[in-house]
Amino acid sequence: MPSSNVKKFIVYSLFMGILILPMVGLPSTGFEITRALLVWGVFVGILAFWLLGKSIRGSDAFQSAAGGLAPFRSRLFDNFTKVPTKIYLCLLLFALAAYPQVANNYMVDVGITCLIYVVLGLGLDIVVGLAGLLDLGYIAFYAVGAYTYSLLNLHFGLSFWSCLPIGIVLGAVCGCIIGYPTLRMRGDYLAIVTMGFGEIIRLVLNNWDKLTKGPNGLLGMAKPAIGYPSFAEGGVKWVSYSLKSLHSLYYLILLIAVLTVIGVGRLNNSRIGRAWIAIREDEVAAELSGVPTTWLKLLAYAMGAAFASVAGAFFASKLSYTNPNFFIFMESCIVLCIVVLGGVGSIPGIVLAGIVLIAVPEVSRELQNYRMLVFGLAMAVMMVLRPEGLIPATRHKRELHETEGETYGE
Amino acid sequence: MAELVLRNISKRFGGLLAVDNLDLDVSEGMILSLIGPNGAGKTTVFNMITGVYPPSHGTITYRGNKLNHLRSNRIIRNGIARTFQNIRLFKSMTVLENVQVGLHCRTKSGAFRALFRTPHQKQEEKEIIDRAMEILEFLGLVDYRNEYASYLPYGDQRRLEIARAVATQPHMLLLDEPAAGMNPRETAELMELIIKLRDTGLTIFLVEHDMRLVMGISEIVTVLDHGQKIAEGTPKQVQENERVIEAYLGTKSKERA
Repeated sequence: MPSSNVKKFIVYSLFMGILILPMVGLPSTGFEITRALLVWGVFVGILAFWLLGKSIRGSDAFQSAAGGLAPFRSRLFDNFTKVPTKIYLCLLLFALAAYPQVANNYMVDVGITCLIYVVLGLGLDIVVGLAGLLDLGYIAFYAVGAYTYSLLNLHFGLSFWSCLPIGIVLGAVCGCIIGYPTLRMRGDYLAIVTMGFGEIIRLVLNNWDKLTKGPNGLLGMAKPAIGYPSFAEGGVKWVSYSLKSLHSLYYLILLIAVLTVIGVGRLNNSRIGRAWIAIREDEVAAELSGVPTTWLKLLAYAMGAAFASVAGAFFASKLSYTNPNFFIFMESCIVLCIVVLGGVGSIPGIVLAGIVLIAVPEVSRELQNYRMLVFGLAMAVMMVLRPEGLIPATRHKRELHETEGETYGE
Repeated sequence: MAELVLRNISKRFGGLLAVDNLDLDVSEGMILSLIGPNGAGKTTVFNMITGVYPPSHGTITYRGNKLNHLRSNRIIRNGIARTFQNIRLFKSMTVLENVQVGLHCRTKSGAFRALFRTPHQKQEEKEIIDRAMEILEFLGLVDYRNEYASYLPYGDQRRLEIARAVATQPHMLLLDEPAAGMNPRETAELMELIIKLRDTGLTIFLVEHDMRLVMGISEIVTVLDHGQKIAEGTPKQVQENERVIEAYLGTKSKERA
C-alpha cells in the first residue's frame, strides 16, 4: 500500500473516531465504550477495505493482469451494450410490475412511498435540474395537490380522476404565484424565499381551521376508483371498482411514475427543455439567444408544481387522510437530496436515488437511531466521491444519419 | 434609411458617463467596425442595442421600430443577434444543442406539445435538427456536434458562439471582439468567415481590437473614445485622422514632455 493511502487511512479513521465515539458511546447514562468501538471498527474496516482495493487496482501487477483481460472485458461490455436500451427498460418495468406479487404488504407500502418520491424528485428536477432554480419549498405543491383532492372529495364528492386536472391546474397556478416574485433572484436568495413560501403554505393549512381542520387534518377521502363496463343482466352497466388494496394502489402510482418519467424525458429533449438548460447554464446568454427566460422560468415552476400536485392527490387518496405535518421543510430537503444525489438533470439517476433514499432508511429500521447516522454519512461520502450524482446526466448524442446509429455496435 | 439608427445615445453608470451623446447609423449589408481604446464604451453600446440595459438617453431604432425598452429576447426576435466578448456558451450542452437553443425564437411548440409529442412537435424537432446541422456545416463544426461545448478548442468556441447567433436567423450580427485571443491563422479564418456571413446578406457590426482584422474587412470604421465618437469613415480615412492617432498614442505635446 503506498504511503499516501496509509496516511489517508489514519486521518480518515481518526476523523470518524472523533465523530462516532462520542455520538454512539454517550447515551443518556454512562459510557458504552465497547458498542462505540464496535461501530467505529465497522467503519474503519470498510475504509481499510476500500483503500486496499484502490491500491491493489493501482499496482503494476494488477494493471498488467487487467491489460490481458481487457479484450475479454470489452467484448463482454459490447455484448451488454448491443442489446437495445428498450429491452432493459422492459425488463425493469416487468420487475417493478412483478414486485408486489413477491413482496409482503409492508414492502409494497414502502414501494408506494418510493414511487411517490420518484414522482416528486422528477418534478423538482424540472425546476432544479433543468431550469437551475434552487427550490426549497417544493413540498408545498405536494400539499396543494393533497388538499385539493381532500377538500373537493369531502365537500363535493368529486372523484380522484376529476380532481387530478383541477389539482394540476391549481398546483401550476401556485407555482406561478411563488415563481413570479422570485424571477429576479438567483441562488441563495431564491432558496431562502422559496423556503419561506413553502412554510407559508404549511402554516396556512395549519391555521385555517374552518377549511382545513388545522392540525387535525382531513379524514375519510375516497380511494381512487376505476370504472369498467359490465355485461351482466342483459344491459351494459358501468361498475366502479375502488382501488382499496395496496396492490392496486401500487399499480396506480407505478403508472403515474412511468408517465412522469416519459413526460419529463420528453420535456428534457424538447425545445423547452433545451431552453431550460440554457437558462441554468447562463441566463444572460440564453436571453440574448432569443429565449424568453422570464416566461420559461415561470413555466418550469408551473410544470414542476403540476407533477407534485398529482403525487399529492395520490398520497391523500391512498391514506384517506392528510394533515399539515406531512409537508414540513424536511420533506422538501429529502426531495432535493433525491435530485442532487441522483444526478442533477438525470432521469435514471433520480429514479434510482428516489428508490434508494426512501427504501434504505425503511429497510434498515433495525438499526434504530443509527440509520439516520448512516444515512447522513452515506450522503456525505457520496457527495465527496461522486459529486455529479449516482448516474450523471448526459446529453443526447446525434448521428449524422439515422442508419449510422443502428450499425454503431458492429 | 439605415437599418439600425442610434440617436443621442448616452449611458451613465453612477458617476461614470460610459457613452456620451452617440449618433450611429448602420446601413444594411455592410461591415461596420466600432473601435477605440479600452473602456471607450464599445461593449456598452452593444449591451444597449441588445437590451441588456436601456440607454439613459436617446433612442435606438431598428428598421423603424424603437428598441429602447424591449426585452432582449424580443430584440433578438426582431433580427439582431450578438456574440460575447468573453465566451458565454452553454457548457454542459453539446455543440448541436447550443445551436438548437439559438433556434428557439424561430420555433413554436410548447410544453404541452412536447409532453404529448404531437406530430407537429415531432416535425418541428426534426426541422430544428436539420437547420442546426446546416448552420454547423456552414461554420465547419459538424464533426464536433456531439462534443460538449466546453471541450471545444478556443477558436471553435468562438465559432460556435457565432453559430448560435446565426441560428436566431438575424439580419444583423453584432460581434463583440471575435478575434480576442486568436492566433494570426485563426484570425485570418475568422476574416473569411465574416465576409462569408456578410455575403449571405447579414449586416455585420463589429467591435474589435485587432487592427488587421478591422482595417482588412470594414467598410466603415467608427472610433469611440471616452464614450464619444471622435472619427468615422473608411479605414484609410480613420487611420490618417489626427484625433484617432491622439487617442491611441497620446498627444504630441505629451510625447515631447
